[in-house]
Amino acid sequence: MTESVTTTASTSAGTGKPFLELKNLQVHFPTDDGLVKAVNGLSFTLERGKTLGIVGESGSGKSVSSLAIMGLHKGSRAKVGGEIWLDGAELVGMSVPEIRRLRGQQVAMIFQDPLSAMHPFYRVGDQLVEAYRVHNEVPKSVARKRAIDLLDRVGIPSPDKRFFDYPHQFSGGMRQRAMIAMALMCDPQLLIADEPTTALDVTVQAQILDLMMDLQKEFNSAIVIITHDLGVVAQMAQDVVVMYGGRVVEAGPVREIFYRPEMPYTWGLLGSIPRVNRGGDHRLKSIRGTPPSLINLPKGCPFQPRCDYQQHVEGHSCTGEVPDLLQIGTEDHRVRCHIETGQRKKLFTEQIKPNL
Amino acid sequence: MTLGVSEDLPPDGGLPADGLAETAEAKQIEGRSLGQIAWARLKKDKIAVISAVIILLIIAVAIFAPLIVKINGFPPDQFNKLDSDGNPLLNTRDGGIPIGGLWGSGTSTEHWLGVEPQNGRDVFSRLVYGTRVSLLVALGGTLIAIVLGTVIGMVSGYFGGWVDTLLSRLMDIMLSFPSLLFIMALTPVVADRGQDLLGIPDDNRLRLGVLMFVLGFFGWAYLARIVRGQTLSLREREFVEAARSLGAGPMYVIFKQILPNLIPTLLVYTTLLIPGNITAEAALSFLGVGIKEPTSSWGRMIADASDWIESNPLYLFFPGIALFITVLAFNLLGDSVRDALDPRAGRS
Amino acid sequence: MGRYLIRRLLQTVVILWVISAITFFLFWITPANPALLICGKNCNTETIATVNATFGFDDPLIVQYGTYMKGLVSPTGRDIGSEGSERNCAWPCFGESYQNGIPVWDSISDAFPATFWLAIGAATIWLFFGVMLGLLAALRKGKALDKLSVGLALFGVSFPTIVFGYLLLFLFIVKLKWIPFPDTANAALFEVGPVKWLQFYILPWITLALVFAALYTRLTRANMIDTMNEDYIRTARAKGLGEGTVIFKHGLRSALTPIVTIFGLDLGGLLGGAVITEQIFSITGLGKFAIDSVLGNDLPAIMGVVLFAAIFIVLANVVVDVLYAVIDPRVRLS
Repeated sequence: MTESVTTTASTSAGTGKPFLELKNLQVHFPTDDGLVKAVNGLSFTLERGKTLGIVGESGSGKSVSSLAIMGLHKGSRAKVGGEIWLDGAELVGMSVPEIRRLRGQQVAMIFQDPLSAMHPFYRVGDQLVEAYRVHNEVPKSVARKRAIDLLDRVGIPSPDKRFFDYPHQFSGGMRQRAMIAMALMCDPQLLIADEPTTALDVTVQAQILDLMMDLQKEFNSAIVIITHDLGVVAQMAQDVVVMYGGRVVEAGPVREIFYRPEMPYTWGLLGSIPRVNRGGDHRLKSIRGTPPSLINLPKGCPFQPRCDYQQHVEGHSCTGEVPDLLQIGTEDHRVRCHIETGQRKKLFTEQIKPNL
Repeated sequence: MTLGVSEDLPPDGGLPADGLAETAEAKQIEGRSLGQIAWARLKKDKIAVISAVIILLIIAVAIFAPLIVKINGFPPDQFNKLDSDGNPLLNTRDGGIPIGGLWGSGTSTEHWLGVEPQNGRDVFSRLVYGTRVSLLVALGGTLIAIVLGTVIGMVSGYFGGWVDTLLSRLMDIMLSFPSLLFIMALTPVVADRGQDLLGIPDDNRLRLGVLMFVLGFFGWAYLARIVRGQTLSLREREFVEAARSLGAGPMYVIFKQILPNLIPTLLVYTTLLIPGNITAEAALSFLGVGIKEPTSSWGRMIADASDWIESNPLYLFFPGIALFITVLAFNLLGDSVRDALDPRAGRS
Repeated sequence: MGRYLIRRLLQTVVILWVISAITFFLFWITPANPALLICGKNCNTETIATVNATFGFDDPLIVQYGTYMKGLVSPTGRDIGSEGSERNCAWPCFGESYQNGIPVWDSISDAFPATFWLAIGAATIWLFFGVMLGLLAALRKGKALDKLSVGLALFGVSFPTIVFGYLLLFLFIVKLKWIPFPDTANAALFEVGPVKWLQFYILPWITLALVFAALYTRLTRANMIDTMNEDYIRTARAKGLGEGTVIFKHGLRSALTPIVTIFGLDLGGLLGGAVITEQIFSITGLGKFAIDSVLGNDLPAIMGVVLFAAIFIVLANVVVDVLYAVIDPRVRLS
């Protein structure tokens, strides 16, 4: 805190506010069939140098939230509500030209499928150069040098040659590396990675995650990693947000979520991870049912139609009201569930944990 | 694996489907619901309903042409010199243009849309009969093109190998022909040959058939290419593999398994071909290689009327408007059908 | 690239050869006695025999085909006429017209400039309006401008050329008298000057352009909407690029790629003659030559004009393939 006088606004310590803070973010899409409530009240905070994982099934609102941080819903039909504070600036109410200055510069994004996320008609190097020159008025040669330098640092062999290649000439892993290099061109303070490893081979996945962690140390950036793979979260993140049906159902430090989860949906997610150390006759559990329709969310708890533990609820009705996201314990662990905390803990230790 | 999970597995679930039977069943439900969705969308679409009504009216006019013409009492081929009061209809000294009527077209309570210059044939009757030619040729040509394109495309895509190579090259060549030029040049030749081969005179019954044939013959290649591509991918699908592994013959697979899945494509292509063929028939008759005198065709009427554009422009407009409305109605309906069948075209 | 081009050109030659063979045999099996057409009123057994000998109608079909192809392939062309009275028909020899004895190639090369100007002018108009309207519609999707463009396009594709052409002719030439009746002499730009030339071509250009403009509007709109939903457009925005750069540098380039293909093929098709427009506006181009030949049963002329048009279509295919490879790097290297 004593340093706060000398540091610039880029460290949030001075203001006393978190570097990134989402307050009750809402993203709704009006359609002919009704209002799609893709994100319905998402809140979290994130400091520089830290990683937050957002976990959930497809359609749980993960990617939509990340696009909201980038302001990429502006100009579409989506209605965005709530607040997004980044380094003292509010993004939801920001005009497009203002937020455009932040994109790529302060916040950068790594997309899921690097093949479709890069323009097929332009050279990889030129796409990197373009990303740099939007925000920095430098001659092409300077930008090119930086691009080659970054391609080198993300581990692309002979980057001065590969600079002139087109995206389709790169392998999947290389393309994702190039994508990361592109995101890092302007030294962004916040990096949003939307399923960065889903499209990749398992061996390449690990390399890419290592690379992201190394670069995080080097640039001291904050990372939001969006995934449905809990393994990725365990490796990368300090905090986890579990989303279901556009809502946060459980959030907290990664240890808490992995070792003391309390929401039945999180139990289901944990139960569906394959583990090597389990016995051969052990079967993976899948969560029965399908993700909910975002137009007609189930009454009450959104997870209720798929929940196997409703008989443990006392005093509330799962189909009645939406449970609140309540803090439990001393750690910043929040859970949205009608089952009473003690009962949840008991259920987890007695029924769930032995099967994990 | 928990029981009952496999049926509506989320895409992310990562569990393999239980069995082929279930997949096939799911497909069927999906297919039916697409049809239902499309039909519901069409019924809600005002433009679709209006254009469908117009098309039905035009078809009714074509079918009941003899009855309709009875109402005004002038057969389409009848030369009329005098009206019912014995007054002349045509000015013989002035090149035979109609006397009186709107813009010198000879319109009257007897001849609603006027009379033809020189011959005095009733324009309304000729227009009504022209509907027959227009629809008959367009629908016939479309049917031939769809059948040829579907069969050749499916055979090419399903059997592959040298059959596919041969048929694909054939499609390439067909698409390289300057088609209107070729149709135009070929129609008299085919009519000539048909006369010889079939031993019937080169009258308009033969011409109708010839027009359908050439339009169909030059219209199939593009569809065949699309059908071939879809067949290629359908052939690899589970339900086809399942049927084959159960010993189904190629004919069964092609017609019972693949054809039903091509129906949306065929429907869309039909809606594109019909207005195109209506225009093509009119163009050929206009150029003088289609329907000949005395049978009336809108294209023929436009060609005749073009000589009188200064003195009697209405004579040109009536067939022009008829042609435009017909083509527009088919295009509007076709557009609606395409939108209704396209799952991406959510009404957003 | 070089090897690809050579292979592609070889394919082209084969396709052209097949087309020439099909065309030849389709037209030449016609039972009508061509000799009767040539000697006309003077026909008797003797003249018919002379004509048959002169033009080789007595030879088997395959021999006639060989003779015909020789005229197209041999640099010296071929000889026409019976022994002793041959005359050379210079390369490329498409034979002589039955109607007037003029070498078909001469008529084609005379008619081509009119068709060329008609096609080029119309293509400029439809490309400009089609792409512009389609682009605006896509960027204003769902708004009034979009609905207007979509409506106009539907109207345009539904307007048969014969109806639209005569409507323009009636309005601007007959009724308003803004433009004089078409006079073939005004087709020559360098003799009559640009004003008369423009007056001559403007209505045919619009007539011919309408349907294409409508189709291109729809195509551009659909492609542009698809492209703007691509992931790489989102990436471009995420980089912080301005909307102008996103639309024109990243969006339009991809959206126009398929249009380049179709434009090449359409233009190639029209260079072989725009029959209906030429007929309406009395333009003595290839299309008019074609229809006159068909109505006059003039086989060598029909054959010549069909082959000539086919050459344009086939060549347009090659040009388009090469262009595509230039635009899309994925095609270039695979």
